[in-house]
Amino acid sequence: MSENTETPNTESENAGTPNFAGGADAAMPYVLGEDLVDKAAPDGPIETRWSRRKFAAKLVNPANRRKHKVIVVGTGLAGGSAGATLAEQGYHVIQFCFQDSPRRAHSIAAQGGINAAKNYRNDGDSVRRLFYDTIKGGDFRARESNVHRLAEVSVQIIDQCVAQGVPFAREYSGLLDTRSFGGVQVQRTFYARGQTGQQLLLGAYQALSRQIDAGNVEMHARHEMLDLIVIDGRARGIIARDLVTGEVSTYMADAVVLASGGYGNVFYLSTNAKNSNASAIWRAHRRGAYLANPCYTQIHPTCIPRSGDYQSKLTLMSESLRNDGRIWVPKQTGDTRSPELIPEDERDYYLERIYPSFGNLVPRDIASRAAKNVCDEGRGVGPGGLGVYLDFADAIKRLGEDKVREKYGNLFDMYQRITGENPYKVPMRIYPAIHYTMGGLWVDYDLQSTIPGLFVIGEANFSDHGANRLGASALMQGLADGYFVLPPMLGNYLASTKLAPVDASAPEAVAAHTESTERLAKLLAVNGDRTPDSFHKELGNLLWDNCGMARNDAGLRKALSRIAELREEFWTRVKVPGTGAELNQSLEKANRIADFIEFGELMVLDALVRSESCGGHFREESQTPDGEALRDDDNFAYAAAWEFTGVGSQPVLHREHLQFDEVHLAQRSYA
Amino acid sequence: MKLTLRIWRQSGPEAPGKLVDYVLDDVSPDMSFLEMLDVLNEKLILDGAIPVTFDHDCREGICGSCGVVVNGAPHGPQTLTTTCQLHMRSFSDGDTIVVEPWRSAAFPIVKDLMVDRSAFDRIIQSGGYVSVSTGAAPEAHSQLVPKPDADLAFENAECIGCGACVAACPNGSSMLFVSAKISHLNVLPQGQPERESRVVNMVEQMDAEGFGGCTNTGECTNACPKGIPQSSIARLNREYLRASLTGKR
Repeated sequence: MSENTETPNTESENAGTPNFAGGADAAMPYVLGEDLVDKAAPDGPIETRWSRRKFAAKLVNPANRRKHKVIVVGTGLAGGSAGATLAEQGYHVIQFCFQDSPRRAHSIAAQGGINAAKNYRNDGDSVRRLFYDTIKGGDFRARESNVHRLAEVSVQIIDQCVAQGVPFAREYSGLLDTRSFGGVQVQRTFYARGQTGQQLLLGAYQALSRQIDAGNVEMHARHEMLDLIVIDGRARGIIARDLVTGEVSTYMADAVVLASGGYGNVFYLSTNAKNSNASAIWRAHRRGAYLANPCYTQIHPTCIPRSGDYQSKLTLMSESLRNDGRIWVPKQTGDTRSPELIPEDERDYYLERIYPSFGNLVPRDIASRAAKNVCDEGRGVGPGGLGVYLDFADAIKRLGEDKVREKYGNLFDMYQRITGENPYKVPMRIYPAIHYTMGGLWVDYDLQSTIPGLFVIGEANFSDHGANRLGASALMQGLADGYFVLPPMLGNYLASTKLAPVDASAPEAVAAHTESTERLAKLLAVNGDRTPDSFHKELGNLLWDNCGMARNDAGLRKALSRIAELREEFWTRVKVPGTGAELNQSLEKANRIADFIEFGELMVLDALVRSESCGGHFREESQTPDGEALRDDDNFAYAAAWEFTGVGSQPVLHREHLQFDEVHLAQRSYA
Repeated sequence: MKLTLRIWRQSGPEAPGKLVDYVLDDVSPDMSFLEMLDVLNEKLILDGAIPVTFDHDCREGICGSCGVVVNGAPHGPQTLTTTCQLHMRSFSDGDTIVVEPWRSAAFPIVKDLMVDRSAFDRIIQSGGYVSVSTGAAPEAHSQLVPKPDADLAFENAECIGCGACVAACPNGSSMLFVSAKISHLNVLPQGQPERESRVVNMVEQMDAEGFGGCTNTGECTNACPKGIPQSSIARLNREYLRASLTGKR
């Protein structure tokens, strides 16, 4: 193994010393381990790090690639693009998704757009500026090397997608159109009406389909990963369940790539798809992969407010709406007049007032908290006072209804279908909701986790967005990882690692298979008196109240002890009907919820330990006099990578200290 | 609202199926159709019964997972709307609602309301792409695309692959689905080199999967939640004829 691919020390037995210094007042239930260092990123000028890393990477001879099996879990933007690209290069790809088709992963629901530093507008954009905006937008909690690479690669993504036939919006000249997004002052966002994610995903899906047809990808749809197989410290396969027959099988490979998305559904109500889950990353975490920054969750400011207890998910209205919509609430508390009866001078366009230079286009975390604040003041609108207006009256006056329809028609239609209200006539009501998770499995610059041979891409890793992701950057990161970053680094791993041949009869594989089937049997055997969903809803409410838009020490401690109880209760009271040898959606759900409960516990602990505010993580104890997030760079300029030590046992915290050589640490200001 | 649900129950592909009645009280008009099914399923679990299986995921009308026949109409009574976006305000107190899976020889039933639509994937695999490997792309602005062409491509690329067109068609034809992909890729400059082979291969695969032929009833367009127009089928026919006449494959 070459120097560059060496992964950090994963030994934990001798690393831990009890920690009592995390909070000034009380001991924290974790152990402080050795610091973690990303050894994969080259030093030297940041502009050439990626090209030097690629050049240093070892190559697999094209004739030998076919001999390497690579497992890819997930078929979203990251997984789909990775599977297609690896197969094009000649690797034997075995790919999984729980949906009935690889075309349906939740990337498909991304609306607004994808950033790229093309500078087609000649408005001062550059790789450097995209890098700078992303570091600043992430509130200085992302790794500079990774973010710079992301900005570099962004321009290639647009070329690739256009060549695939992705129908981006165009000007009458035939050139690509772009628009601006929150947190930036240039127009670098490429889009396909309000369905950019769909179009990019279909591009990746079609590329993947071509490789399936060519026999280079063995595709397993309606299969869910249950566990990771680690042999001699390396990721060598997975256990997966065929969701139709219930059969649990073992799949072996030379490397495993997780592209299983984020963990937003830990909150039950989020904008994620109903079946999006954290089980793949949690199972890998239990097998030794460190999990970083789970408390970094993004709350999107523009979602449709909930309407009742039966609510199963929340629906996002693209941030792009903030380009033309104006956000306001009544100036008076308890003003229940319908919006058209409230005169202009009695309205508070609070974002424009507080942040005059960015106005309605401040980053997501800031817009979300501002909405919470005005609602907490009693100025919220709609049922329960949990909403603010997003008003298009001025835009319709300025541009005409047709132009507004052309830009946002599908979003307006969706809003009307869900609420029964016509947003061309009545202002939309919006409220923040969980949307994206910046945390995820810890990876080095090569996107390799702390388990050699386990690579993590897209939302499932923690690497590029720090404590807050900018709009239109998720699509960019997913495709950057899958098309351009993972393939050479995976090749480097395979070329520089001697792997002993293994098959499904390896003791570690047999043990993982047995554990998976026993766990399913255990879930079915409880036969209690509560449905899986009832536990999920309770967990979600607990997390939203105590680990949502604003967090504090007391609330987090309360949540921590309640989740531990909930975990016990789950395993004694859950009721899962049917059997494991058939299609059983309740069993699928229960299995995911069991992981969400354990995941939630770590998320709350991470939020408790990080007593500073940064990006989407807002600790009430740490704010500026005007209520903005106040970082504590002296104590928290690190990525928190957690090591699993057992359910209910204190995890070990490994800190990766972040260095800012290119962008100077500063308090974010969007005023 | 109080509703009677008459739902197709079938435990597996080979098992016999039947319609079973369930009564639900307290249905809110603001619930989505699938949230109403969630409420039913929660109740069934607590009653010791087996909940109803149905495909769903994003619940925003974009992933294409969901889709049931509601009172004879794929995705239900509201036009341009997937099942997950259908809300109970479209129904009235006391209604009986019949809920069935997509019915088509090419979409075998998996369980209850869930069907196997992998035939669609195989049609795309047969040619529904532009063969450009990662890294081989020219600069994005090296090829201009007239806005009307880009818009036409986009409107067809909106297809979510839900299969409502097949469920609605008396012949079980998938021509609307295939025509949407052909209309997306064959009008763009990037799609030109494979223009003929794409249409021929996709049509051959469509036939091999057992989908019926198109007789222009227009039911597909009516049921399509994304409004893919019937004119796309005319374009598919033209493209196929053109490929056959030029002999280019």
